[in-house]
Amino acid sequence: MTVIEVQNLRKAYGDTVAVQDVSFTVESGEIFGILGPNGAGKTTTVESIAGLRSADSGTIRVLGRDPSDTSLRYEVGVQLQESGLPDRLTVREALDLYATFYPEPADWRALTRELGLGEKLATAYGKLSGGQKQRLSIALALIGSPKIAILDELTTGLDPQARRDTWDLIESVRDSGVTIVLVTHFMAEAERLCDRIAVIDHGRVVALDTPAGLIAGLDTEQRIRFRPSAPVDDALLTARPEVREVIRHGSQIEVVGTGNLLHAVTSVLAVNEIIAADLRIEQASLDDAFVQLTGRSTKE
Amino acid sequence: MRIFAKLTLTEIRLFLREPVAAFFVLVFPTLLVIILGSIPSFREPSADIGGRRVIDLYVSIAVVLTLAMVAIQVAPAVLATYRERGVLRRLATTPVSPLKMLGAQLAMNGIAAVVSTTLVLAVGRIVFDVRLAQQFAGFVLAFLLTLAGTLAIGLFVAAVVPSGKTGNAIGTVLFFPLMFFAGLWTPREVMPEILQRIADFTPLGAGQRALSEAMTGSWPNLLSATVLVGYLAVFGFAAVRSFRWS
Repeated sequence: MTVIEVQNLRKAYGDTVAVQDVSFTVESGEIFGILGPNGAGKTTTVESIAGLRSADSGTIRVLGRDPSDTSLRYEVGVQLQESGLPDRLTVREALDLYATFYPEPADWRALTRELGLGEKLATAYGKLSGGQKQRLSIALALIGSPKIAILDELTTGLDPQARRDTWDLIESVRDSGVTIVLVTHFMAEAERLCDRIAVIDHGRVVALDTPAGLIAGLDTEQRIRFRPSAPVDDALLTARPEVREVIRHGSQIEVVGTGNLLHAVTSVLAVNEIIAADLRIEQASLDDAFVQLTGRSTKE
Repeated sequence: MRIFAKLTLTEIRLFLREPVAAFFVLVFPTLLVIILGSIPSFREPSADIGGRRVIDLYVSIAVVLTLAMVAIQVAPAVLATYRERGVLRRLATTPVSPLKMLGAQLAMNGIAAVVSTTLVLAVGRIVFDVRLAQQFAGFVLAFLLTLAGTLAIGLFVAAVVPSGKTGNAIGTVLFFPLMFFAGLWTPREVMPEILQRIADFTPLGAGQRALSEAMTGSWPNLLSATVLVGYLAVFGFAAVRSFRWS
């Protein structure tokens, strides 16, 4: 079932076109990633879905309704960048207040435990670290037991451990049937969490596929390195169409090629009864896919 | 209604956690009455001010001071900070309209003003024998008109300033001339004729005149009431037109 439908969305601020032409659909129960470099139009896209901005043209349907329909606020939880709380409000007060906004709020005590905020309930918002603010922000997005959660730059500012904990939480939230739209520029996060990813660049969707699909679509080379148990003739390997080049590094062999390179190499070795020790594969990653699609590094 | 009550309660808590603002709104006006009232000559009837005592005048001035603190100093700074920090933006993603938060902030300001005014009147009555407003309904009307007119100005400031800091600065810049015309330094009764005329058209001057007259038994005069309603209408409209949520 489709829960979000975006069709030919366009949004400009004065002369600056933030979103040129974006279309995609999000299916119930999936974690849908929106990936793109800074300024690509990701945030404008999700803000339009959340009903905070009105599109210049194109249509958006969320659970079959227009995003301006305020009844959606009960069913869509949103965590945005650049949104805060009064400095002197404590974590407990914030959660308790926001819980009253919804008819069937989640158990915020359990939520704070899962997010590692259990010790911070009496702390004022202004005294929280960046990562703790971020986790509170996630808790507030989930407190209304939403059907859809929109999370913008979910783990920005979190340390690696907190990031992993947050990923676990997001997966368990999805397992409870919530559809999640995740905006990120963090590849490991997208690769780990997302069922499908829309790559947005210059206000357009440049690719939409599963993480594996995006990587497989690359025509970059793979590299396999190993130490053979017996001498191998280069010609045996280069005879295979997948193999472009064989490079020797002392006792190690590096095979460069495309397609199903690993299968090609292992079958040659198997036929010759050679065992490959210290086998390493340098695979293309989502990072490589991203660079090829947008022409930009994510580390900028 | 439950949500609005909770929001208002939250705003009250947050207000009380700002010790400086809470002091100036809740304690300072009463303190002013006590300090001025402890000057013996201020407790003697004076022919210059129509046989009233200086302390009699300063009770209504202290009430206006309360309203000015709340509406011109506190409200714009808080609301502009809420917008700057994305508090209103976050609220816009929930079922609760940011308008409710705005209402809760105004309700908090109204409650703080009522509490502080009650304290001023009680101390004036008990310690310095300043009679409570003889025209009580007139006093309430003058109080509400002054509160509404000044809050409209405060809201307009909150609407147009880019940050909480600027809101605070503009509030302070407005505060001194407005309080001057309300008679904080020289009561209206001893102002030169021309300053009295000008004061009649300022929000706090008009408010102080109406409150002071209610203390001695009159309904707010038409000019003061019209001036206050005018400020409410003009700045209220401008604030609604220009308010940005994020």
